[in-house]
Amino acid sequence: MVEGKILKVSGPLVVAEGMRNANMFDVVRVGSNNLIGEIIEMHGDRASIQVYEETAGIGRGDKVVSTGAPLSVELGPGLLSNIYDGIQRPLEQIRLKFGSNLQRGIDVPALDRNRVWRFVPAVKFGDKVGPGDIYGTVQENEVILHKIMVPPKTHGTIVEMREGDFKVTDRIGKIKYEDGTIENITLIQKWPVRVARPYKEKLPPVDPMITGQRVIDALFPIAKGGTACVPGPFGSGKTVVQHQLAKWSDVDLVVYIGCGERGNEMTDVLREFPELTDPKTGRSLMERTILIANTSDMPVAAREASVYTGITIAEYFRDMGYSVAVIADSTSRWAEALREMSGRLEEMPGEEGYPAYLTSRLAQFYERAGKVVCLGADGRQGALSAIGAVSPQGGDISEPVTQATLRIVKVFWGLDASLAYRRHFPAINWLNSYSLYRDRLSGWFAGNVSKAWMDYTARCLKTLQIEADLQEIVKLVGMDALSPSDRLTLDVAQSIREDFLQQNAFLDIDSYTPLDKQCGMLEMIFTYEDRARKAIEAGADIEDICSLPVHERIARAKTVENDNYQNEFKAIKAEIAAQMDKLIAGVDAE
Amino acid sequence: MIREYRTIEEVAGPLMLVKQVEGVKYDELGEIELPNGEVRRCRVLEVNGRNVLVQLFESAAGINLADSKVRFTGHGVELPVSQNMLGRVFNGMGEAIDGGARLIPEKNLDINGTPINPAARYYPSEFIQTGVSTIDGLNTLVRGQKLPIFSGSGLPHANLAAQIARQAKVRNADDKFAVVFAAVGITFEEADFFISDFKKTGAIDRTVLFINLASDPAIERISTPRMALTAAEYLAFECDMHVLVIITDITNYAEALREVSAARKEVPGRRGYPGYLYTDLATLYERAGRKMGSEGSITMIPILTMPEDDKTHPIPDLTGYITEGQIILSREMYRKGYMPPVDVLPSLSRLKDKGIGEGKTREDHSATLNQLFAAYARGKEAKELMVVLGEAALSPIDRLYAQFADEFEARYINQGFEENRSIEETLDLGWELLSILPKSEMKRIKPEMIEKYWPKKA
Repeated sequence: MVEGKILKVSGPLVVAEGMRNANMFDVVRVGSNNLIGEIIEMHGDRASIQVYEETAGIGRGDKVVSTGAPLSVELGPGLLSNIYDGIQRPLEQIRLKFGSNLQRGIDVPALDRNRVWRFVPAVKFGDKVGPGDIYGTVQENEVILHKIMVPPKTHGTIVEMREGDFKVTDRIGKIKYEDGTIENITLIQKWPVRVARPYKEKLPPVDPMITGQRVIDALFPIAKGGTACVPGPFGSGKTVVQHQLAKWSDVDLVVYIGCGERGNEMTDVLREFPELTDPKTGRSLMERTILIANTSDMPVAAREASVYTGITIAEYFRDMGYSVAVIADSTSRWAEALREMSGRLEEMPGEEGYPAYLTSRLAQFYERAGKVVCLGADGRQGALSAIGAVSPQGGDISEPVTQATLRIVKVFWGLDASLAYRRHFPAINWLNSYSLYRDRLSGWFAGNVSKAWMDYTARCLKTLQIEADLQEIVKLVGMDALSPSDRLTLDVAQSIREDFLQQNAFLDIDSYTPLDKQCGMLEMIFTYEDRARKAIEAGADIEDICSLPVHERIARAKTVENDNYQNEFKAIKAEIAAQMDKLIAGVDAE
Repeated sequence: MIREYRTIEEVAGPLMLVKQVEGVKYDELGEIELPNGEVRRCRVLEVNGRNVLVQLFESAAGINLADSKVRFTGHGVELPVSQNMLGRVFNGMGEAIDGGARLIPEKNLDINGTPINPAARYYPSEFIQTGVSTIDGLNTLVRGQKLPIFSGSGLPHANLAAQIARQAKVRNADDKFAVVFAAVGITFEEADFFISDFKKTGAIDRTVLFINLASDPAIERISTPRMALTAAEYLAFECDMHVLVIITDITNYAEALREVSAARKEVPGRRGYPGYLYTDLATLYERAGRKMGSEGSITMIPILTMPEDDKTHPIPDLTGYITEGQIILSREMYRKGYMPPVDVLPSLSRLKDKGIGEGKTREDHSATLNQLFAAYARGKEAKELMVVLGEAALSPIDRLYAQFADEFEARYINQGFEENRSIEETLDLGWELLSILPKSEMKRIKPEMIEKYWPKKA
């Protein structure tokens, strides 16, 4: 135990002397309040410490004690449905014990020490186990079977294994290491947050993460194990997109990191998710969710830690063979926390005051995503998808955080203020967004949804691109200058935008659209286009086509029940055919 | 024991370096006694060995390195609070300036407050009727929300804020209500406008005023909003009142912050504002809300003037990232004479969805709101096209949209600062305007709803 004395206090940065024997990145306790901090620089016997709590009232000569261990998270049963701050302190327990405002120096263990779990062993006396092998399981809730794993780098022989009801710190068995020492096994393991948890092998992602959001699934899909970013100016709906992903993605588990954002947004998740049902399991969404909340009024240094805390917990569940999504809102606030610490350390700044290591830190974070073969003899596979919101200043995506992020992630959902002003939500701009997974996922879509899926979605993108070009012409010379065929393209593009891409997150029926319904909607729109082109060839007037009454029915197709849409869609297609035939018949009669 | 130091080494701008001190803590409040006996206050910004860097709250004029004395009080900056603050006027540092009786404090509260545990917040969902159609109908305000007004120099944001303060009420509720008003670096005339408006309506008895005028020291502005919010927190969370906090003008606050940051030679972020401007603003704005264990709430309406009407300027930009929406005023509307001149399309209330609908406002609210936005956006586009190509170039339906946009501005937006519309009046007016368009254009409204509310034309 190294103990030093404080020399300097400047906001969240504290410098202490007498720390020569402490390790870099050790966690320290600062002052009489036992504030939690972390050593981030050493100069001789002086350590620079970033403190995760408000430092008011700390002064020269106060003591600093090193705990000798790096910043770590506790992993074990009890993580699910919980809400933690940036350094994994359980906010709900803190509220019960200390009231509704956050006091300093609070020490509450991350996992409830009194809760009892039913443990069922999967190994027995005499079994040899290695890293990632499964000791046994705890049914943590109806949705998630929590696998108690042998920690990485551990090899040994089981010398005791018990079934029964245990608290997380109780002994569930004993393991004899190769060097002969025997140690107790508990339900808990610890892992330093800044180190990625190991796996056997990384695999290329080939399955889509289905989100039920039409613009994402159809136009810019993300793979399980993939990375995506959502930049957008304020008011463009970043948070709603992130919440929708947390709600509807077909993953086993979601870790939602609120990093330097609004308190009410976390409250919203906390109050709303328990009442929503996961379409996959039929259970409450909260059962598969873990929240990390470091809101903007909470100490800035803990913001820096919160993304690591979140992704480490996600990796732990990935190691059990689950598909996990990490949703971070917003990485810009995390970058700002880096900038603030960097400024206080008087480092030479890079662009806009951000430290020079911004890009490499961001890359390290996103690179912890991926589809992997987990440790353990059974060869199970897990996936970790990472989605980060970016809040560029003034909506200007040329700023360093967005640019550094774009160099790493494979999917870019660019939110657009002008779409948001028109209340086109989700305001994902179809002209500048992209997904590098489209081709890789085409096989899955062809096999699981429809062979036509890739054609339809490609046709969507093309139609929207042509529309953008045509709009330029319309702005200069007016609608009348366009040929009937181009007028029809505009009509179809409008239908794609309004009837397909627009999706109301606050309307129950529209919030989530299954893939086959999405495919059905596209099929309907393109049936309309094909029929209409024929009608134009036959001499029908474009004005008449554009004002066919069937438009209204197509527009309302998204609000048809998800499990009983086929009949309605069939009827709409029949109506399209009937009305077009009538138009053509009218032309022939003249 | 409180020691006094005569070891002031440097005074530069708002900063002062004191040497050879013992036991001084970060963020502690200090007092400087001038040779003439005058006492000024300061705050510790950095402790470095036996030196401390302090920030003055008042001007440095008259401080003498040899004869001035500094003592540290052992605690942070505090505000004495009590229920008797209602109806009183304080300066930017929380000292009564109305010549009234001395306030007997019930307690002293640190002005920095402590963050609210997100697990202890209630999600704001109670509809506040402001009587302004563009807010109630389109950008609904709820209790516990922070909804800033983004304005520009010369726009009537003060009138709008006063109108909200005057008319705001939660329907079917009879709760204790208070206003906390913080003037941050504004002119006497602007402050006087608010005060006389509060007096005229009798609201002054339920109002606490913190006044830092343009002529007062700029650095004092750093603590003025915190003083106001500390008073608001006391009234809301300890006296169970519903408090409306109006802070004007945040731009002056941010400039004071920049002044201190520049004096410390910190690496600046955009436009010379400190890199921690976001965090600093958040520690103000996030104090709004509702929390468990208390009946009260803090609803915040900060006002800021956008330099050059530029929404991407760091102050409005960072504010927009923290607050739950924004009401933006438009010079174009103002020139047309439409009051309050709200720029509807970029304005937004993030919390509206949980505060409207059946049982709160009316079942048709959400759908008509979206339809109105979409129709107005399309109408404006049509009008732009009309400017370039003439009316003849528009399709018949676009011509209707253009007409809709005109009427929407003239009747829905333009209601004046005196008219107090109930939510039903606002919603009915919305339907009346929508009926300019054919029913088949109402793609965002359910057919049953259209059946029920579509105006029957005489």
